[in-house]
Amino acid sequence: MKYSPFSIKHLQQTFGFHFLRFCMGVVILILIVVFHDIFSKGFGIISWEFLTTAPRKGMTEGGIYPAIVGTFYVTVLTTIFSVPLGMGCAIYLNEYAPDSKLTRLIRMSIRNLSGVPSIVYGLFGVALFVELFNLGTCLLASGLTLGLMTLPWTITASEEALKSVPRSYREGSLALGATQWQSIRTNVLPYAVPGMLTGTILGLARAAGETAPILFTGAAFYLPFLPESLSDQFMALPYHLYIMSTQHHAIMQVRPIAYGTALVLIVLVFLLNLSAVVLRYQLRKRYRE
Amino acid sequence: MDQIKVQVKDFNFFYGQAQCLKNISLDIMTHEVTSIIGPSGCGKSTFLRCLNRMNDLIISTRTEGTILIDGTNIYEKDLDVVKLRKKVGMVFQKPNPFPKSIFENAAYGLKINGLKDKNLLAEKVEQSLKNAALWGEVKDRLNDNAFKLSGGQQQRLCVARALAIEPEVILMDEPASALDPIATAKLEELIVHLKERYTIVIVTHNMQQAARISDVTVFLMQGELVEHGKTSEIFTRPMKKVTEEYITGRFG
Amino acid sequence: MHRQKENIIKSLFFLNGLLVVIALLGIFLLLLFNALPTFKDVKFSEFIFRANWNPSAYLESSYGILSQVVSTLMVTIGSLIIAVPLGIGTAAYLSDVASPRVREIAKPIVEILAGIPSVVIGFLGIVLVGPLIAKATGNYSGLNALNGSVLLAVMSLPTIVSLSEDALGSVPKSYTEASLALGGNPWQTLIRVKIPAASSGILAATMLGMGRAIGETMTVLMATGNAPAMPKSFLEPVRTMTATIAIELGEVPYYTTHFHSLFAIGLVLFIFTFILNLVSDIILHRYEKRMRV
Repeated sequence: MKYSPFSIKHLQQTFGFHFLRFCMGVVILILIVVFHDIFSKGFGIISWEFLTTAPRKGMTEGGIYPAIVGTFYVTVLTTIFSVPLGMGCAIYLNEYAPDSKLTRLIRMSIRNLSGVPSIVYGLFGVALFVELFNLGTCLLASGLTLGLMTLPWTITASEEALKSVPRSYREGSLALGATQWQSIRTNVLPYAVPGMLTGTILGLARAAGETAPILFTGAAFYLPFLPESLSDQFMALPYHLYIMSTQHHAIMQVRPIAYGTALVLIVLVFLLNLSAVVLRYQLRKRYRE
Repeated sequence: MDQIKVQVKDFNFFYGQAQCLKNISLDIMTHEVTSIIGPSGCGKSTFLRCLNRMNDLIISTRTEGTILIDGTNIYEKDLDVVKLRKKVGMVFQKPNPFPKSIFENAAYGLKINGLKDKNLLAEKVEQSLKNAALWGEVKDRLNDNAFKLSGGQQQRLCVARALAIEPEVILMDEPASALDPIATAKLEELIVHLKERYTIVIVTHNMQQAARISDVTVFLMQGELVEHGKTSEIFTRPMKKVTEEYITGRFG
Repeated sequence: MHRQKENIIKSLFFLNGLLVVIALLGIFLLLLFNALPTFKDVKFSEFIFRANWNPSAYLESSYGILSQVVSTLMVTIGSLIIAVPLGIGTAAYLSDVASPRVREIAKPIVEILAGIPSVVIGFLGIVLVGPLIAKATGNYSGLNALNGSVLLAVMSLPTIVSLSEDALGSVPKSYTEASLALGGNPWQTLIRVKIPAASSGILAATMLGMGRAIGETMTVLMATGNAPAMPKSFLEPVRTMTATIAIELGEVPYYTTHFHSLFAIGLVLFIFTFILNLVSDIILHRYEKRMRV
């Protein structure tokens, strides 16, 4: 049998594989275009002043400092609400939950929660936190809304991390007369926490870039001061970008500021991602010794 | 001296629909090494794990019948499993030290039982490492991670870990299957030495090992107890044909 | 003593687990309670089947969401037309063509794409995709359904790629080996054996991507022009359900029919995505069962 490079079968394959390479190429191209556009046009405006001062002259000049601070605050709040509850739920599912209808209901709820549109979380935040709990539009209401939105991600990431701890650690300690909680606390959690943290940080990076849930629960168009308490409104990077690119009265004039904001937002999100990767690496190294 | 330590009566074990252990009845004596042999999948590990209720951890399992240890049914409804497992220690098939220091491994059981006194802790760790014939090899590097030890040392550390909480019965699930011949010999020597103070039940797929170290041998096949008796008799004058075929290596 | 403590701890974790069920139920109920008053003033059939949305009209306000539903479906389906072939192609490349080293580099690239905030994508729709469409078609601003479709495709690509790759990866080796042994080349094996075997996994991935596209707010809000009328083509501005909520909730007086009607739209969105999730769940579950045998 002779190998024929010109058979139809072979040509089909060559063509087909090139098509697949083309698809991958398009995906990479999209990423390059996105980054190139934002970096090339946003880099020029980034300065110490841009990062550390508030907007001036009807937001046509000045920096984005309050938006950076606001995003930082709301992300910290999100963490406080989402991480402990998410880890607790993951511990229940992976360590305690029996194989029952109720457990399946819990798992189904998690998957559905992660599918609920972010704007619907915004509506929920308005109905529950702003109105029913009477918090008003403020940092706390936004943090709670984002906390709930990130909950399914935190749970999934934490459970993944718990699953990666070998069964023998649990069996070993139980066989020594440890209670289940002792076994989890001393012999499961210490090894799962690195993975939990990394997964969680990845989720928070996504939360930091979200706009729809904070639109009506606490984010402000413009504030001349920084938020001082949980009941203050705040400026946020994603919302600021939205305003600067669609709602501002002199859109073309402030376009550079919009690009700068987009750049800062993207860099922030990727710093968070990067820190997750570094953290994972560091903690792994520590626990191996 | 020869008292019944563990008494198994008409014991059945189910995993989902499948019955893994069928009507097992057996007495295990104090200060003896009892070895359980049988072809793989015959239920010998399952049986061992029933003696300290480790199978509780597996979802959809069910038991019937009783297992009495010192006269107490361990499958009684409100029995304290944690206390049971302190009394019945276990060493697993693959060495499974925790990713902690050698000292922390040996001290784990003591610490979770609330022992805080540092001197007493050090004393007991030393004693259990000595009992497990490991002290001489590790006394200068107690703070090293347990994973730095060789496989045989790791397994003896797991024995030390179990000994530290002063159990009365020690279950061993093919403890030498992952070890080389020299490490195996050391472990066997240790087991023979330990029976002076403990009751030992060991699962093994290695017939010579069973012959070397055990006083009583139990032969299981397909979840049923085929034959049990003094090791010397089982290996020289088995009552049943299958037992003879198995121990002479005609199947397995 | 310690058993009581254990039981308390276990119960606490159980309550924590139950929280997600309560949260999902809570979202549904709060949407429902806030949506229901709408129908004191508006007939349900009108709400669903009327195309005209004009809550703040001077004389007679109207609350028909049909044009928004159509707009949402338009941009969603448009995005799927772009993202599904591209996503499956990329997934097939990653699972069947790429060398392990290339895969190591390419997979994070897809993940990075998933990490870009939607507001940034929307911004690029305004400054990049919009002008491009305007130039190519002579359309005025380029802020239209096509723009939204392109952006949503970018956003749902990572979901479709990674889930499809999982599906392709879980096709048993015996299938592909059998095909190769019968003289099929790798391409034929991919097209005739692997993709059909993974089709339900890919379908589930597509539905999840669709769910994300339907619920996406910021990109469509920024890039589709937001004209609240029944769209006639992809080159016309559209206004989706999500965009309507985002635009109007900020201005509306609380507890008016208008306010409640926005929750009614939210409820429709919730039900849409809930059904999509459920169906993709069922498909995926069946698929996993089949692959295990």
